[in-house]
Amino acid sequence: MATGHVQPQETWSPIFGRLTLDWIPYHEPILIGTFLGVGLAGLIVLALMTRFRLWLPLWRDWVISVDHKKIGIMYMVLGFVMMVRGFADALMMRLQQALAAGGAEGYLPPHHYDQVFTAHGVIMIFFVAMPFVTGIMNYVMPTQIGARDVAFPFLNNFSFWMTVAGALLVNISLFVGEFARVGWLAFPPLSGASYSTGPGMDYYLWALQIAGVGTTLSGINLIATILKMRAPGMKMMMMPVFTWTALITNVLIVAAFPVLTATLGMLTLDRYLDFRFFTNDFGGNAMMYINLIWIWGHPEVYILIIPIFGVFSEIVATFSRKPLFGYTTMVWATACIMVLSFVVWLHHFFTMGSGANVNTFFGITTMIIAVPTGVKIFNWLFTMYRGSVRLEVPMYWTIGFLVTFTIGGMTGVLLAVPPVDFQLHNTLFLIAHFHNVIIGGVVFGVYAAVTYWWPKAFGFKLDDRWGKRAFWGWFVGFYLAFMPLYALGLMGVTRRMNSYEDMGWQPYFIIAAVGAVVILFGILSTFMCFYVSIRDRKRLACGGDPWDARTLEWANQSPPQKYNFPQDIVVTGRDMFWKMKEEGFKWSTDYQAIHMPKDTATGVLISAFALAFGFAMVWYIWWLAILSFVAMLAIGIAHTFNYNRDYYIQPDEVAATEAKGASA
Amino acid sequence: MSAADAHHAHHESPTNIGFWIYLMSDCIIFGALFATYAVLGGSFAGGPGPKDLFEPGFIAVETALLLFSSITFGMAMLAADKQKLDATTGWLIVSGLLGAGFIGMEVYEFAHLIHIGAGPDRSAFLSAFFALVGTHGLHVTGGLIWLVTLILQLRLHGLNGANMRRLGTLSMFWHFLDLIWIGVFSFVYLVRLI
Amino acid sequence: MSDHSHAHSGGSHGTLGSLMIGFAMAAILTILPFGLVMGEVDLPRNLAIGLIMGMGAVQIIVHLVYFLHVGKSSEQGWTLVATIFSVIILVIVLAGSLWVMHNMNENMMPMPDMEQMMNLQSQQG
Repeated sequence: MATGHVQPQETWSPIFGRLTLDWIPYHEPILIGTFLGVGLAGLIVLALMTRFRLWLPLWRDWVISVDHKKIGIMYMVLGFVMMVRGFADALMMRLQQALAAGGAEGYLPPHHYDQVFTAHGVIMIFFVAMPFVTGIMNYVMPTQIGARDVAFPFLNNFSFWMTVAGALLVNISLFVGEFARVGWLAFPPLSGASYSTGPGMDYYLWALQIAGVGTTLSGINLIATILKMRAPGMKMMMMPVFTWTALITNVLIVAAFPVLTATLGMLTLDRYLDFRFFTNDFGGNAMMYINLIWIWGHPEVYILIIPIFGVFSEIVATFSRKPLFGYTTMVWATACIMVLSFVVWLHHFFTMGSGANVNTFFGITTMIIAVPTGVKIFNWLFTMYRGSVRLEVPMYWTIGFLVTFTIGGMTGVLLAVPPVDFQLHNTLFLIAHFHNVIIGGVVFGVYAAVTYWWPKAFGFKLDDRWGKRAFWGWFVGFYLAFMPLYALGLMGVTRRMNSYEDMGWQPYFIIAAVGAVVILFGILSTFMCFYVSIRDRKRLACGGDPWDARTLEWANQSPPQKYNFPQDIVVTGRDMFWKMKEEGFKWSTDYQAIHMPKDTATGVLISAFALAFGFAMVWYIWWLAILSFVAMLAIGIAHTFNYNRDYYIQPDEVAATEAKGASA
Repeated sequence: MSAADAHHAHHESPTNIGFWIYLMSDCIIFGALFATYAVLGGSFAGGPGPKDLFEPGFIAVETALLLFSSITFGMAMLAADKQKLDATTGWLIVSGLLGAGFIGMEVYEFAHLIHIGAGPDRSAFLSAFFALVGTHGLHVTGGLIWLVTLILQLRLHGLNGANMRRLGTLSMFWHFLDLIWIGVFSFVYLVRLI
Repeated sequence: MSDHSHAHSGGSHGTLGSLMIGFAMAAILTILPFGLVMGEVDLPRNLAIGLIMGMGAVQIIVHLVYFLHVGKSSEQGWTLVATIFSVIILVIVLAGSLWVMHNMNENMMPMPDMEQMMNLQSQQG
């Protein structure tokens, strides 16, 4: 063995549970370095916040806010912060694999390397991609349908803070104890009690369960918003395409996440109470876990990509100055994907041994689901065709997406053929494929969305030059980092390898590592872009409608007032804002009282106790677990005794705010 | 306030549909547990099977308790529609007592099974059984806590708009749990006793 | 806050009549399957299972219609749409899991001659 790593001894005390000083990894230089870095940066932020007296505004205007726009922005901040963490993991893996060839062991011992790849997957899916898409839906969708907020504003705030609690629990595992060493989906029996001792696996379970509560509730909330809060006159087939994709995404969330909850719940019972669902003995069946988790897992990838399809639909239409080509087919294609995504899950485990007829069925359904996605690609192309296309930064991302995502989609169809999959299962070809669709799809889409809607959220555009640099960093970096992995996969290199013998593979791994560094340049350019744009916000300032857009979220000021629209808009067709502009629409000055929800600290308080509860369960600190559970329940119940949850903004106040204009 | 009311009139409350969507998601949690029971239900690992453990008479009484509590809750809703506060709380208390009786029986059944060595750690079949029936039981317990809270709120604020909405959602929750129980007594208990 | 206390008067939670019809049907559909099992009625096994599951399914529909008032008129039909979608997902999860896992068990089960071979090997080894 490369390391003398010894798991700290299992002990238990009533006060600290199984947490002992040995679990603080002060003997690992990499972690100490990270800890010092994070600690120092944290202290600087704390000091600055105190210096400029920002604590109260932060609490009052953001933390307890139920405004969907602020919650949306907070989701995006969470996504970017966690992306830094997840990307650091990626860089570490690329470096390790570039080094550890032909007997060399690299710098990451296996028990650490295994935590890194598990954390990378978990963080990127649950705490980067999910917050990003939820954040975009939260910010954009209510204004697209002319609503003042979501259906359940308090629940929205609560959902966000539960997601944060899950993310924090993952990050705590970095410095207190360890994280799981089992891969991002934690297949048993490896993730069961016998093979994953220690707290790592329990961090995984509780982080995902706590964040999952937030995700499911937010899904319910956004569906109810779309069904019930649309502006008067807006029929379903008048909704912007992004709103349609948001609806379908949230339906998938509400239908799929319960399966994840149940599955992880069963694994938790196995680990904590000696249940026998997925154990090797007593009749348990680990394959059932794989079956169940992919029933969630496949819809999950569509949960990530469908809202992005909506983003690109809006961008392509706006920057081609044309209505979207094939609105109806776009809606139906998305609806088809919604149902089909539930009948393809077995293609993730063709090799498990279900036999030819089962594999054939799922192979064919997988190929079928590529058809509606293809329809969409053509719709976007035909929208651009003969449009007056403006090549602004969001269109860079769009075109990059069209090219990259199509390649990723085609390698996916290759993997849908069971005999091919038998060759490529769990190789780097698969890794290259899903990064191809997730980076080429979700990441590019998120960047496009951020560039497109940033002016709406803050009243000024993002700097063009740094925006384009970010694009090229990601675009070139992606191809450099992942094309070698396709080649390696075809050579039979499996995923998650800590080191390898064949020196012939090393050049590919080195190119991939260089690619990761180029992506790093893209990420740094992004933050530079934010910094430069905020610094030059006077120069970049723009009005309510900087892109000459088509949908209702551009009809109000940038940034919008907290009630979104001074008056209700009566919707009479698709691309309503375009229609309003053609008809020379002006807001009336006859204001009426606006009904608004009050902010509340209940959500953040319950989530804080959820975090304490998760931590206590991980470390077997039962008194704290009971205490925080009771506290969560008590705060929740106490909240229901408050009947005074809304207020009215009076007409003169609305008039005053509107006259003042957007205060960017 | 006429302007405000006019604005408000556009949107009826999203509470009912929102709560129904929550129930559907909950239903899928149960679906996953039912699927697990279906797949692992025959894995006895040499331990006791359904015929050794399940007592149809006992389950019939549990079923009756839940069905009656569903009906009494329906009576509470009818009383609430007529704005009769005392009748509403009266029927709610009866529903709560029937639900508590159900939970009592279930706790007894679980304790008994664990006592005779047929706990969830005995076999995958028993794990699936305890998880499914236990999850339903936890939901009923949650419903009972909610019921007590709501009775208190009804006494404090009467049958106003907010409380009527809450009553409506709890009513959905209560009937929904009875509906899940139909699946449990048919699929978990009865068909395994043939 | 504006009060909606009058918005709910009238049929939103059904009538005593519909509640009682639902109760009667639910009671019958409960008593029959229990009677089938407790009375040890002599029926072919598959028929008995089919009857119990069928009556359970019908009773679920009775509950949906009479107690939960799911129908085309509630919430512009969205409750009905949500219910139908959930049923589809439930069917996929249940039938799919059973099919997948059953096939896997069939294919991965050690066959008798394989066991013999393994025994033989272990004797030789």
